[in-house]
Amino acid sequence: MMLEITNLHATVGGPDNPTPILKGLTLHVPAGEIHAIMGPNGAGKSTLANVLGGKPGYDVTAGSVTFNGQDLLALDPHERAAAGLFLGFQYPVEIPGVSNVQFLREALNAQRKARGEAPLSGGEFLKLAKDKAALLQMDMDMLKRQVNVGFSGGEKKRAEMVQMGILNPSFAVLDETDSGLDIDALRIVGAGINAIMRAPDKAVLLITHYQRLLDVVKPDKVSVLADGRIVETGGPELALRLEAEGYDAVMA
Amino acid sequence: MTLATLPTRRDEAWRYADMDGLARLGVAALDQWKEIALAPGETRRHAMVVGSAAPELHRIRLAIGEGARAELFVTNAGGDYTRVEVEVRLAKGAHFEFGGVTIGGAGVTREFVTQVVHAEPEATSNQTIRAVHWAGATGNFLGEIKVARHAQKTDAAQDFKGLLLEAGASANAVPQLEIFADDVKCAHGATVGELDEAARFYMMARGVDPATAQRLLVQAFIGDAFVALSDAGEHERLLDAALAALEGAKL
Repeated sequence: MMLEITNLHATVGGPDNPTPILKGLTLHVPAGEIHAIMGPNGAGKSTLANVLGGKPGYDVTAGSVTFNGQDLLALDPHERAAAGLFLGFQYPVEIPGVSNVQFLREALNAQRKARGEAPLSGGEFLKLAKDKAALLQMDMDMLKRQVNVGFSGGEKKRAEMVQMGILNPSFAVLDETDSGLDIDALRIVGAGINAIMRAPDKAVLLITHYQRLLDVVKPDKVSVLADGRIVETGGPELALRLEAEGYDAVMA
Repeated sequence: MTLATLPTRRDEAWRYADMDGLARLGVAALDQWKEIALAPGETRRHAMVVGSAAPELHRIRLAIGEGARAELFVTNAGGDYTRVEVEVRLAKGAHFEFGGVTIGGAGVTREFVTQVVHAEPEATSNQTIRAVHWAGATGNFLGEIKVARHAQKTDAAQDFKGLLLEAGASANAVPQLEIFADDVKCAHGATVGELDEAARFYMMARGVDPATAQRLLVQAFIGDAFVALSDAGEHERLLDAALAALEGAKL
């Protein structure tokens, strides 16, 4: 099993004022699977993504997460990335004064170093970046600009996918990557996810509210997250039912 | 003129100074002004890295002639009290560009003190100071701008930002504007903050280790001070000196 989440409990708000968000979440994702997570607002979808990424401010109070047999929760965020985990942000962060090229080259070479691989030269990196930018139909000039600064919501999401292409993770957790995208951008991003992550040795946890991304990135499994737990898992037809009938009807 | 005694903290320009460090420098250091005059129309640039294991005081007096341009860039990364003072007098249509970075820990005080006198019309000045500190250290910028009564069309700006990597470090900004002309632009701003944790997590989520993430963010933060330094070699030298000081800083 590639990702194995077992009875995960997590709180936000710190130890003095903890609010439980995840309340015994269990989910297994094997290699080769694209697994969509849907659920109403406040169910814990973003908390799940942030806990998997290791964001400060989230406390795991019980349960476990193993990634390729390794205790994921024991790793720092940068170690999780080097182990092959990619967290696609719902709200990608702007970093004034740092260019995408510099940021991603540092990131990729830090990951390579952690894995005992040789760093890419400037030329090798630029060639890779150009290929991946082209895949997402992003102009190379945008990669020379500061990280996410002045990007529209859609451009930020496309830039996230370019980053994913360059870093080439084995497992991606994509938190509402479809929010803020128009129809064309949605198709481009969806095709990017397919091109980068559809492989027998890779897997994706795709957190989304809408069927429209799932029309492009056809999930193998769909799970419903409600009140901090997975309450139902099925095939792609489950997403269609949710879209047609709503959460209340499906979960009733 | 020789000062008979050391100044005290009651003197505005020494308000946040390390008086013990100054005492170790001695009274004689106060007399050592470096006097530089730029001829009309001349352009001159100077970039320097200051600071060592001992206290240092650098006093510079610049007279910038009509239409001349002086650029000064400083990395202040002293291991002991390090103070750079610049007194500038601008003639008609002259420009003064200053970019300064104080960076360091170890409880040390590092400071810039500038006095820019717009003595004649149409002169411009721009000062950008960044302070990055930790481990009980202090970074100061005391910037005085004086605009004479007839110095119309003066355009003077100063911008200070402090970045404190941990509690206990401090940054002080004292802008002082004395404006007697009525048709002038004088802009000043000062902010002090902490490292952007969202940006740091974003970088780490992409695989950047904490030390590198901090270095990239500090590099971006202090970059503004050296934007106007167009000599690539000097730019790199000042930036590298600042980032070298960051080694060993609290993560």
